[in-house]
Amino acid sequence: MFFKRPRMRSKAPKAAGYYLSNRGDESSRAGKSVFTRRALMMMAAQVAVVGTLGQRLYSLQVTKGDELKERAKRNRISKRLLAPPRGTIYDRAGVLVAGNRVNWRALLMPEETTDLQAVIDHFATIVPLDEHDRVRIEHDQKHLQRYVPLMLKEFLSWDDMARIGLNAPRLPGVLIDVGTTREYPHKELMAHIIGYVAPPNEKDVERDGALALPGMRVGRAGLEETQEARLKGEPGSVEMEVNAPGRVIGEIERVEGMPGHKLGLTIDTVLQSQVLARLGDRIASSVVMDCRNGEVMALVSTPSFDPTLFDSGVSHKQWKEWIDDPHTPLVDKAVAGVYPPGSTFKPAVALAALTSGKVSPTERINCPGYLDMGGVRFHCWSRYGHGPLTMHEGLKYSCDVYFYQVARRCGMEDIKKASESLGLGTKLGIELPHVQSGIIPTPQWRRQHGHHWNGGDTVNAGIGQGFVQVTPLALATYVSSLASGKRVHPHLIKMIDDHGRLDGDRFAPSDLPFTKEQLDIVRGGMFAVVNEPHGTAPAARLDLPGIMMAGKTGSAQVKRVSRAMRESGHFNSMSLPWEYRPHALFICFAPYDNPRYAVSVVVEHGNAGAAEAAPLAKQIMTDTLLRDPASRSTLTRGVVASADFFND
Amino acid sequence: MVNATIPKTMRRLLRSEPDLHIFSRLLRINWVFVLLICLLAGVGYIALYSAGGGNARLYAEPQAIRFGFGLIMMICLAFFPPRLLRYLSVPLYGLSIVLLTLVLKIGHVGKGAERWINLGGFQFQPSEFAKIALVLMLATWFQRVSRQEMGNPLRLIIPALLTLLPVMLVLKEPNLGTATIIGLLGASLFFAAGMRWWQIAVIVAPLPFLGKFVYAHLHDYQKARIETFLNPEQDPLGAGYNIIQSKIALGSGGMWGEGYLHGSQGQLNFLPEKQTDFIFTMIGEEWGYIGSLVVIGLLMLIVLNGMFMALRCRNRFGKLLALGITMDFFLYCAVNLSMVMGAIPVGGVPLPLISYGGSAMLTMMFGFGLLLSTWVHRDDPDPETKGFF
Repeated sequence: MFFKRPRMRSKAPKAAGYYLSNRGDESSRAGKSVFTRRALMMMAAQVAVVGTLGQRLYSLQVTKGDELKERAKRNRISKRLLAPPRGTIYDRAGVLVAGNRVNWRALLMPEETTDLQAVIDHFATIVPLDEHDRVRIEHDQKHLQRYVPLMLKEFLSWDDMARIGLNAPRLPGVLIDVGTTREYPHKELMAHIIGYVAPPNEKDVERDGALALPGMRVGRAGLEETQEARLKGEPGSVEMEVNAPGRVIGEIERVEGMPGHKLGLTIDTVLQSQVLARLGDRIASSVVMDCRNGEVMALVSTPSFDPTLFDSGVSHKQWKEWIDDPHTPLVDKAVAGVYPPGSTFKPAVALAALTSGKVSPTERINCPGYLDMGGVRFHCWSRYGHGPLTMHEGLKYSCDVYFYQVARRCGMEDIKKASESLGLGTKLGIELPHVQSGIIPTPQWRRQHGHHWNGGDTVNAGIGQGFVQVTPLALATYVSSLASGKRVHPHLIKMIDDHGRLDGDRFAPSDLPFTKEQLDIVRGGMFAVVNEPHGTAPAARLDLPGIMMAGKTGSAQVKRVSRAMRESGHFNSMSLPWEYRPHALFICFAPYDNPRYAVSVVVEHGNAGAAEAAPLAKQIMTDTLLRDPASRSTLTRGVVASADFFND
Repeated sequence: MVNATIPKTMRRLLRSEPDLHIFSRLLRINWVFVLLICLLAGVGYIALYSAGGGNARLYAEPQAIRFGFGLIMMICLAFFPPRLLRYLSVPLYGLSIVLLTLVLKIGHVGKGAERWINLGGFQFQPSEFAKIALVLMLATWFQRVSRQEMGNPLRLIIPALLTLLPVMLVLKEPNLGTATIIGLLGASLFFAAGMRWWQIAVIVAPLPFLGKFVYAHLHDYQKARIETFLNPEQDPLGAGYNIIQSKIALGSGGMWGEGYLHGSQGQLNFLPEKQTDFIFTMIGEEWGYIGSLVVIGLLMLIVLNGMFMALRCRNRFGKLLALGITMDFFLYCAVNLSMVMGAIPVGGVPLPLISYGGSAMLTMMFGFGLLLSTWVHRDDPDPETKGFF
């Protein structure tokens, strides 16, 4: 029927069936010819199907073969990046202050065990797990991902590892893995300088894919943060053959990464610890600087914190404790704390007056104990006045009225110019984050903030009160510059790898716009503060034979002293609540005749600079001079391979 | 061979061609076909050895033992005369339906579908057996319906029901792949038996609409299969994983293959079910396009040989039975190959005699036994009576 269908149908033999055709022969009854035709058609279809499949197979295997082979390779070969070791940090004597510690840890591969909990329980009988570990494991267990191992215990000792190895048959899926953690051997001693590292967050990973590697850390504070690019290093890679579940079968190629750069600091660890000890439990900060070149020898801010805690992530409770602490342990007060400089600002005002020529050093200005201006009476710290004073005496007695008058005469613009050239109120280039510039106010600055500048504001600024704000580091820079006659640029990094830093010119001392005579007058005044009779800081006189120190005290009010309080006659700032007491400040340099070191000390709410900060500064300066850290440089002596703390 | 212990009816059944001695019947067996089947099983052994990662104990040996049993069964079945087979068709068909019903009730769940039944310690897939039983049943039915009678649609109702029953039961399991194969198998027998073209047109025309309706009632995982087939890259680690990995492995074989036991994708377990449904992918990866063509050629030779046997047969029952068994084998191969090449959605269809699996192997050998039986009795005439058997 398909080709030549006989359409004729017999109507006759009904008995043979209605549909019986006239082709009643045997072969037709069996439908043999039709069967043959149809079977041949089916064979043709079969051949066509197989042909199509063969053609498709050709396109898959031969035409697209190379492309698919590449994908097969990608399936098979897993390229993994290797976390490079983070750069280590040494102090100026070659003592390690930030290193990497090998961290042996026990991991559990969840897919290699049937009863996770049983393995963990058995593990706990071999290596005791503390409460912290248990909570973490429980948490991780809930967020278990396929093929991501569960960490059971970090920092395994050799004993632990031996015991795990011995019990390996009963600990299916447990394996020992080596990683590194950042180690700060001196803990809180250097916390504010070095900062800390923490596991990267999603944003970091988006910025730099290499940070997704296990064990990678990102600097979050201090030098770890600012020197991230140097410390990070280049990740290496390893190509491994893996099977479908991702288990490594073998290693094909390994490219070692570049470890991060090694940093040598200007800090002297021993001096740093001595300064920290001197400050004790005061809320204070202190900076010791080489006043010839701006190298920071010690930079201490109390209270401090343990940066090691950040490596594995700080607990919420600990973080909240730090954040809520009114003594702000996480803030580096030496660079981020701003304080009114109080009387320590007076040498800058004096220099401003001298350079502007508006005040002669020998001119006597009378101090009756107060200055009336615009209906307001500005008091000198001495109720009875100092009488007529030269500049030398004004500095020596730290007479307020003298500097009220000087500031009035030369104006804020000159004071700002002079103080900025000395490093006050400017951005300092030290390699730390969140460095505050401080403020040297001018009428213009005040106007920008929508306020009127009063004459009284100038007077107040003349004694470092009012709107003037500086950091302890700026004070150290300022006194270093005064002492050396060169503007120094504070910095912390002395060496990168085993050579001096290449951008060292940035930190070379620059010239000051003052003559030697002008500077000598101010230095003489500061010498008198400490060493002459009736100076304000006799407590700071050094006990070392033949070495003299020059300095300046400062007590910065944080709360205005009301007239009523002053007139009550027995006003004593010590009777104020702690947070309203004045800050105590002291700046100094020594030796006087050949300045080497400069020290600034700020004790928060320490009440009086002469009583609280000056003796501290004297002790710190004595420590510094005895230790003489400037001579302890790895640049001249070469790197000390293994330097033990305090064994130097 | 006929002795007194065999009941009289049995003796009569076995003596359908009394002139033929057992040895002459042995000679009548299509030994070329047997050789081809042994070659194919040999390919299976070699491939399974590789799938076991060079361990014969894992897959290759058990499969070889099964093949040995199957071979004996096939040769024995070859001596069954058509009449005995016709007698057996109804109980076998009935058994297959019972088993298919049972598997729905007490079946062992594997991969989201109830397909397995536990028969005294060994797992059995009734849907495999149902195909052979259906072929036998339809051949028995159509052998007494002449080509002329096929023109009467009423004559087609019973065989249509006979086909649809196992199709529905398998669909309920649910196993779309096997149900489709059973349906196609039935259709091919209808076609070969001489169904009229207008009848075919009437049935085929509404199929597109029926397809839509069926799709709407498919299980989610079946829909997922169809969708991932249309766009496998959408879900490369989920449902599309099988297709993508299979194509990658095939492609990585290239023209000459990566070498026996050296296929990276198969040996490293990137291939899913490499010892069962995706065995051909592994062959393609290790032996390349050339090796794959050899295997396909072997499969094709078996199919063509089967078709030749169907054409050569002198009786309608034998023709239809041989054609049905050959079609069953062909559909298995075509569906499996299309599946691993990503041409049709994945369904649990093994590559006959190569894939690891007992029930598929034994039912296929059972079918081949029937095929050989039609060949041995190829010159038997059609029965004189128009009775059912």
